[in-house]
Amino acid sequence: MGIESWPVIRQLTGTDPLGRGRAARSGRTDALVPRTRTADRVADSVCPYCAVGCGQKVYVKDEKVVQIEGDPNSPISRGRLCPKGSASKQLVTSPTRQTTVLYRRPYATEWEPLGLDEAMDMIADRVIAARRAGWQDAFEDKPVRRTMGFASLGGATLDNEENYLIKKLWTALGAIQIENQARI
Amino acid sequence: MAECHPVGFQWVMEAKARGARIFHVDPRFTRTSAMAHRHLPIRAGSDIVLLGALINHMLSGGHDFREYVLHYTNASVILNENFRDTEDLDGLFSGFDAETSSYDPETWAYAAEHRDETLSHPRCVYQVLKRHFARYTPEMVEQVCGIAPNDFAELADAVVANSGPDRTTAWVYSVGWTQHTVGVQYIRTAAILQLLLGNIGRPGGGILVLRGHASIQGSTDIPTLFNLLPGYLPMPYAHHHEDLDSYLERAAGDTGFWGHKRAYMISLLKAWWGDAAHAENDFCFDYLPRLTGDHGTYQTVLDQIDGKVKGYLLLGENPAVGSAAGRLQRLGLASLDWLVVRDLQLIESAMFWKESPEIESGERTAEEIGTEVFFLPAASHVEKDGTFTNTQRLLQWHHKALDPPDDARSDLWFMYHLGLRIRERLAGSTDPVDRPVLDLTWDYPEEGPYRDPSAEAVLREINGYDADGETLTGFTALRDDGSTSCGCWIYSGCYADGVNQTARRKPGAEQSWVAPEWGWAWPSNRRILYNRASADPQGRPWSERKAYIWWDGEQWTGHDVPDFEKTKPPSYEPPPDATAEAALGGADPFIMQTDGKGWLFVPRGLVDGPLPAHYEPHESPVSNLLYGQQANPVRQVYPRPGNRYNPVGGDVYPYVFTTYRLTEQHTAGGMSRFLPYLSELQPEMFCEVSPELAAERGLVHGDWATIISARSAIEARVLVTDRVRPLRIQGRVIHQIGLPYHWGSAGIVRGDSANDLLPIVLDANTHIQESKVATCDVQPGRRPQGPALRALVRRYRRMAGIPED
Repeated sequence: MGIESWPVIRQLTGTDPLGRGRAARSGRTDALVPRTRTADRVADSVCPYCAVGCGQKVYVKDEKVVQIEGDPNSPISRGRLCPKGSASKQLVTSPTRQTTVLYRRPYATEWEPLGLDEAMDMIADRVIAARRAGWQDAFEDKPVRRTMGFASLGGATLDNEENYLIKKLWTALGAIQIENQARI
Repeated sequence: MAECHPVGFQWVMEAKARGARIFHVDPRFTRTSAMAHRHLPIRAGSDIVLLGALINHMLSGGHDFREYVLHYTNASVILNENFRDTEDLDGLFSGFDAETSSYDPETWAYAAEHRDETLSHPRCVYQVLKRHFARYTPEMVEQVCGIAPNDFAELADAVVANSGPDRTTAWVYSVGWTQHTVGVQYIRTAAILQLLLGNIGRPGGGILVLRGHASIQGSTDIPTLFNLLPGYLPMPYAHHHEDLDSYLERAAGDTGFWGHKRAYMISLLKAWWGDAAHAENDFCFDYLPRLTGDHGTYQTVLDQIDGKVKGYLLLGENPAVGSAAGRLQRLGLASLDWLVVRDLQLIESAMFWKESPEIESGERTAEEIGTEVFFLPAASHVEKDGTFTNTQRLLQWHHKALDPPDDARSDLWFMYHLGLRIRERLAGSTDPVDRPVLDLTWDYPEEGPYRDPSAEAVLREINGYDADGETLTGFTALRDDGSTSCGCWIYSGCYADGVNQTARRKPGAEQSWVAPEWGWAWPSNRRILYNRASADPQGRPWSERKAYIWWDGEQWTGHDVPDFEKTKPPSYEPPPDATAEAALGGADPFIMQTDGKGWLFVPRGLVDGPLPAHYEPHESPVSNLLYGQQANPVRQVYPRPGNRYNPVGGDVYPYVFTTYRLTEQHTAGGMSRFLPYLSELQPEMFCEVSPELAAERGLVHGDWATIISARSAIEARVLVTDRVRPLRIQGRVIHQIGLPYHWGSAGIVRGDSANDLLPIVLDANTHIQESKVATCDVQPGRRPQGPALRALVRRYRRMAGIPED
């Protein structure tokens, strides 16, 4: 490229003597495009923080979330997101996000790795055993057919469909201590 | 609202731009106060006095919306002659049993005689209300709340001027109202005020709750809550010879839309147990476990400490930081045989055995904690399909954008595959206790590389099917003969016509201001509940300005889906033997109530009284100025080691504190303290104190302070600010301290947890803790480290004469 493309020359000879406009742009600047434009796909979503329910657009490129923006079509949020909603890409892509199973033995001082399948099998065994251990056919002479052996807490951050399966399975197992943040 | 629901607050700003007047009632000046016309600082725990004085103002000044009150509320109902009010019993209602600290509500029932439409009978609800609230005066507001009479007058005048046929006033609240030992009665007081002013069921009116989690409304509707089944059907309690019939008799009334409770319940049982559920076996009603009392989260934690609970699963919740009495929460976790934590990050509730205040103080060591812990990584909201229900009952579908990484899975996947494994292990069992789980319908289509169950299939089951397997059009299609199935009756219609209605995204700009084609609201896509009340008894809009739905001569029509039978004329009068909705008149808007009326007086359903009365918080610096009864007589208290209470008054814990959230952090921090942006924006735990309190205790802005209660002591950076003002209460100065509660021992930014200071003391209706007000001391400097921390807490307890742990 010739010397005439240098910013200082363009600043001195062009229409931008203060170097605050066109003269400050480089070829690289001109070539930049928003991540939202180069994404492979975009999914319509909803902000996961508070219960206002702001619309989100989730941009994915090369199977990674590259941007999350407010959805201007939402009649609730009209494209806006608060500081938390605006940070939700970090919620998904956080480098400290724990993405593998960890296991802590009784009395251990450290975590150890564990396979997901094995963990699921171990949890299934423990749920069945705790259910049995805490089983009550009757309480103060009245039939209850329930277990007090295990309890579950959580649901307010989850989907309706997830809450539905939690309540359905636990209730069928006879568990009653099923709770979530709505009690808090 | 501007702090915790900032994007929702844009609509308050829109209203302000159109001339609405905004009042902000809060102990602290916040970003909401900054945008309001007027901030009224209030002593935490005194709202019933403020709201009660507004009610008194409306009744004594004749400002109530008489036609609305007469036709749409129970104001004219005559009460039982044996009913005694708090006026008669110095703060108690009739029916109180001091031995069990509970009420028998028998005397709260309506008298058999009819209504008094002149509202002059001394035992009619209107007159009882007038007498009950007469002592809630502006002077009392000044003495108890710390709000000056002229400020109260400004609020009262504004509410009067902004209510009536032409105008409506809305009240917006959050956990600032629910997290009290009188939480339900706070909202009741607002309900009485709004009904008297005609502000319910009309555009711009209402009592609007702002909820703090993306689907906390959904997890109440489809409840992961001990006392409910989907759609607010009650969980059955243990009784001798309980069958479906006797359950239904107790479950709800026979008139109004609860009159179809049998159809709702049987459709739920069919959704869960399919062909195994039929008329001959009571549709598997006996498969449901029975309750015998409060099985809420706080009782469970105490039972964990007492060794009664072996296993615990935490599904996206962090009680080690987010629940009251943090130390007891963590001691509960340390008492378990096993714990499963499903989350995105290694939150405190997963790390309690390694990093916690108890480990730091030496009270516990990892080598002594026998809990086996499984951490299972969860999928984020962009890695799964599903619906959230927002704070206005709107279901919105979020589409999966990509698969979750590594071992991360959705909770839908976790529950489904855990269920498969459990059923596999129990297959062939002949033990009757295993029948409910073996007969459970649990066959969802699988999709994707991880064999995820289809969330759409689950939503279709929630919506319900008819006998031909077609998705139901709505709850009115439910039958009580076993021919329909439906996982949550109030959600029926969310998949009407085989279409996922919750995924509708017609741009807001391309539809009416009600935006009925964005998502789907329960029930039946109605956006304002009880909107029949937006029209007068004859079916005409109360005013042109507030027209919403109206009777056009043949049917109800307007801007929203009518929350009423579409073709029931305003003139309809129910025949004497009618049931369900047919038993309600054409001018009875409150269709879920047995009498179709808004209840100013609540004859049944509440455990702490048919009317709200001001009681002091469990921990309060002052005595109750209104009645001899100091605190809610039926509140749930747990005096036991680790949960000692500060005494009322006294010098040891002289200050009030209140806990709250910040815009840049989220509840217990699991979704915010691990994010660099948000950690940078709100990097450190702090306490807000007034310049006067700072001077009194020698606190220095930017330096450290230690806050002490009978449960624990925490440290925080000092923020000296005029945003909290000392209040003059009953002739003395009351200081309030503001404490955000987001921090803990994990994450990018760490700090002490405000919830460690709080005790477990609960509202007896909801079993929700009083975390918006308690007492404490504050001292300059950092808190002691190691064993000295518990020693400090003990020393304070001794000074206050509190029993040793």
